Amino acid sequence: MRIDVNAFVGAYPWRKVPATGPNDLVTAMDRLAIDTAWVTHLPSVFWRDPGEGNRFLYELAAREPRCRPVVSVHPGLLHWEEIVDEATRLGAAAVRADPTFYGIAADGGEMRALARQCGDAGIPLAMSMRFEDGRQRHPNDRAEELPPWAVRALVRSDPRVRILVTHADRAFIEEVHFGSTPSEAARIWWDICWVWGPPEDHLETLLGTIGAERFVFGTGQPLRLPENAFAKLDLLDLDTAVREAIDAGNAMKLSENRSR
Amino acid sequence: MTSPIYFSSPADLDHANEVQRTLQREHPTRIRGYVAVNPNHTTHAVAEIARGAEAGMIGVKLAASRRATDPLLDPVCDAAQRHGMPVLQHIWQHRRREFSGQEASDAPELCALAERHPEVNFLLAHIAGGGDWLHSLHAVRDVANVYVDLSGSGVDGGLLEACLAAAGAERLLWGCDLTIDTGWAKLRRLEYLLPAADLELIRWRNAARIFPAGSFPDE
Repeated sequence: MRIDVNAFVGAYPWRKVPATGPNDLVTAMDRLAIDTAWVTHLPSVFWRDPGEGNRFLYELAAREPRCRPVVSVHPGLLHWEEIVDEATRLGAAAVRADPTFYGIAADGGEMRALARQCGDAGIPLAMSMRFEDGRQRHPNDRAEELPPWAVRALVRSDPRVRILVTHADRAFIEEVHFGSTPSEAARIWWDICWVWGPPEDHLETLLGTIGAERFVFGTGQPLRLPENAFAKLDLLDLDTAVREAIDAGNAMKLSENRSR
Repeated sequence: MTSPIYFSSPADLDHANEVQRTLQREHPTRIRGYVAVNPNHTTHAVAEIARGAEAGMIGVKLAASRRATDPLLDPVCDAAQRHGMPVLQHIWQHRRREFSGQEASDAPELCALAERHPEVNFLLAHIAGGGDWLHSLHAVRDVANVYVDLSGSGVDGGLLEACLAAAGAERLLWGCDLTIDTGWAKLRRLEYLLPAADLELIRWRNAARIFPAGSFPDE
């Protein structure tokens, strides 16, 4: 069993990326033995109302149940709570927000309200630290990267909110993890897509210091080569149970609905 | 080390190259060394290249001690040519400004050097090492003696396809740099993208063609 918690469909606005269609994603999943993908509609991250891409994801999930929606919520737009309710009702894997792309404070009141609503609904809140290496971004692609203090603030804003952070590197993960209480840190999951593997092996270090239970398999495909997530795990001498937990078990725990 | 990484002193380079030669002696079928030089110390650089060649080192490594367009790189490239060595140049993809701690060059600057030395092969290192790789790929497209090294931490979707479109399988070289996992990921994707013959070019045949004869024991 393998769950990719960090997959996208749709075009990226800042450069040509091959194979961004839903069928391309399913083909890649088949080729790489990925059973389930948690899917974001990439274009809508950049829209003024990112929720307008959610219907596309629900329709995709209806056709291809292996693709679970990660629906976008802009908590600065009125009635956003309805999107969270709908996501919970329709079995979305998570809701996501990209506050720096929406032009709202990543640790501000709107995002804290969203975190509380996710805690209430028992649905994970997903956020990406970045989409591309900052050194190569388009000159007009100026949204800030998600700052680590925002994750710390959001996990503190509700005692039940569970947060999935994708595309974070070792420094970011360590800053948030060790800047949180154990109970806060236990409600944050990290995908592995941006964590370096051998020989410096940030991933091996983090599995030892932070714990394998905090990490989930994520590729960032098709913006990133999904093969990389496999390679960094394959290069580690992981216990079978640990590998299975990272491949799928931890994500399944993250997606358990714990609403009141 | 007694000098900055990108502005290494002759003494530090002597030590580093000796470490490389030792590694090569200890692993004669698996490790080949580049001679690292600082073009600001011309006499030392040229002598060190000769010393390396005599010891079986197979290429010249230029990091970021002097801009690739600078005439001081010419005697280094001439020495590389005399010994049949390619020159690996560390590149900042689309350098828009100066950076502290290095005198970085970008692909158009490397290509200007390559055009001055058409008999020398150059490795653009590292296309996935950060920065706007599309800018670099536009620069190298028509410069036949510049090879693109695929290494670096970047694993962008579309990078490999863009490299193939710009340089063709005949001018791509596989490598890892600091992150083995990203190198392996690119190789896995290339296995999916390419026919076996093209894959072999990138895995080793291109390298065997541009490095000195006998560099690879099984070729």
